[in-house]
Amino acid sequence: MLTIYKKELKQLFTGMIGFIFIAFVLLFAGIYLSANNLRGYYPNVESIFSPVSFIFLLMIPVLTMRSMAEETRQKTDQMLFTAPVSMGEIIMGKFFAMVTVFFVAIAVICTYPLILSQFGKINYIGAYGAILAFFLFGSMLIAVGLFISSLTESQIIAAVVCLGVLLIVYFMSGLVSLLSTSAIAAAVIMTVLVALITLLVKNMTGNAAAAYIAGACLEGALLILLALSPELLKSGLAALLNALAAFDRLNNFAYNGLFDWTAVVYYLSGTGLFCFLAAQALEKRRWN
Amino acid sequence: MIQVEHLTKTYNGRVNAVDDLSFTIDKGQIYGFLGPNGAGKSTTMNIITGYISATSGSVTVNGYDVFQNPKAAKRCIGYLPEQPPLYTELTPREYLKIAAGLKGVPKAERKAQIEEIMELTGISGVADRLIRHLSKGYKQRVGLAQAMIGYPEVLILDEPTVGLDPKQIIEMRDLIRSLRDRHTVILSSHILSEVSAVCDTVMIISKGKLVASDTPENLSRRMEEQSVLLLTVRGEQARVAAALDVFKDRAEINYAASEHEENATDVYVESAENTDLREEIFFRLADARLPLLSMNRSEMTLEDVFLELTEDTYSDSSSAAADADAEEYEIEFEDDEETEEEGEEEEEC
Repeated sequence: MLTIYKKELKQLFTGMIGFIFIAFVLLFAGIYLSANNLRGYYPNVESIFSPVSFIFLLMIPVLTMRSMAEETRQKTDQMLFTAPVSMGEIIMGKFFAMVTVFFVAIAVICTYPLILSQFGKINYIGAYGAILAFFLFGSMLIAVGLFISSLTESQIIAAVVCLGVLLIVYFMSGLVSLLSTSAIAAAVIMTVLVALITLLVKNMTGNAAAAYIAGACLEGALLILLALSPELLKSGLAALLNALAAFDRLNNFAYNGLFDWTAVVYYLSGTGLFCFLAAQALEKRRWN
Repeated sequence: MIQVEHLTKTYNGRVNAVDDLSFTIDKGQIYGFLGPNGAGKSTTMNIITGYISATSGSVTVNGYDVFQNPKAAKRCIGYLPEQPPLYTELTPREYLKIAAGLKGVPKAERKAQIEEIMELTGISGVADRLIRHLSKGYKQRVGLAQAMIGYPEVLILDEPTVGLDPKQIIEMRDLIRSLRDRHTVILSSHILSEVSAVCDTVMIISKGKLVASDTPENLSRRMEEQSVLLLTVRGEQARVAAALDVFKDRAEINYAASEHEENATDVYVESAENTDLREEIFFRLADARLPLLSMNRSEMTLEDVFLELTEDTYSDSSSAAADADAEEYEIEFEDDEETEEEGEEEEEC
């Protein structure tokens, strides 16, 4: 895994991608720091992280699009897959290389509280706690991008799909508020989701029967819920979609001065999930 | 060393890229996979090295099952695919460092081993040039170097000389021959002369099936045992046929107007194993007052064997007429043998 880590790191910094990523993250962070804290005299560094996370929408696809898609296209994955390394090692090597690039930007951001401390009293715990959350959040998005990259051969498709997914997640809380307030509408939406899941399972496992059975079961449960307790359905859907609103979890750190442990667990488990899925996507390719 | 049993790979439930393939690879020999394009050579190699999976069957390398224990199995193999998997933005030295890391070569030995292998494959001169800027021949050698890292017991080379110029081909073949001491080599090719020159055992694969497996000499001899005679007789085809028809129950006879002699007929006689019809034919023709201009026992070269065996698998489902066509084609082919080989060499430039 170390070999792959070093190779990826070298490639990220030999090409422009590593530098571009760091540059734009720092540019955004710097702009907000100057506006909020240096000119605005606001002592909370953490407040910049919520708006700065917007830059992830553009930079995460750029950073991750190449990670697996290029290997597939150039057929260099043949070298990786025929070497005595596991898929997990390949994924983790790539993941940690990209996280290291991100970490360089974080290291610079870590100096911001120190800079501000020249001008007054700073809440160090709040600031560094927020930086940690920002770092974990970025790592989770890198894992998502890596997964998307492992699904395709084309860097462009990987970038566009990643951008699309991140956009939806970014606007998720707004979308939830647009949802119609009737239980029937909620049921319809969930039915569509069930249909999508059925299709996905069918595609990934090739087992149409299992997919349809699973879909039918979910749909059945949905209808029962609709009949018995429509309120639960409504709030259930809202809760489900809110769970996907990853960007909003930074708000507790940024604006409320809270160290939200649930967010940390969320980020860590999300990272683990998508790294696992990426490894599975590679395995699946082998078994096809 | 490598045991392949009943290997089958089916795509989309219809096409059998590999069809119930079984063979054993023993230590210290050079094996050749011979087959037309699309026969399943690359697919088989990809399965053995663990790049793709099989629909059914098993592959064991040194006792390790490739599907159950992939890491251990892959450690014993070095693989050069048809398209060498090169990271073009690196130099050969950096690339080989990565290969060494992936194969698990102990850190202390890495540098020495890389230098040694670069020396062996002749890329020391370009070790620090970007792979992107190397010629095809050098890229192929870097790919071979990558396969040799870690000195694995088995080297699997997929079409190692494709795209090289004649000088490079000779160098590559010498290099492969020199690997015999330390490695077991499996190489695949559709260049018959290469396989017969380099390999100890040839396995002919067609349409995913193993059609023959033997040394090049034995394969030629095996076909010879079918007792093929080529005659040129001065006389009209009808008269010659009338004279020789008496042998029709013991042999397959085909006639064609001779290209080399005027007013003569070429006759192709294929009789069963170990029947020597030469004397009888001679007397028969003499009685009919048809001068026998030449009579040769056909020396079947590996090319003929190859065509014969691969034609067979294609004509399984077709009629005897197609077989006859194939044999007539072979008559032409034997005359054009030498020019065909030259043609092949020219293509490679």
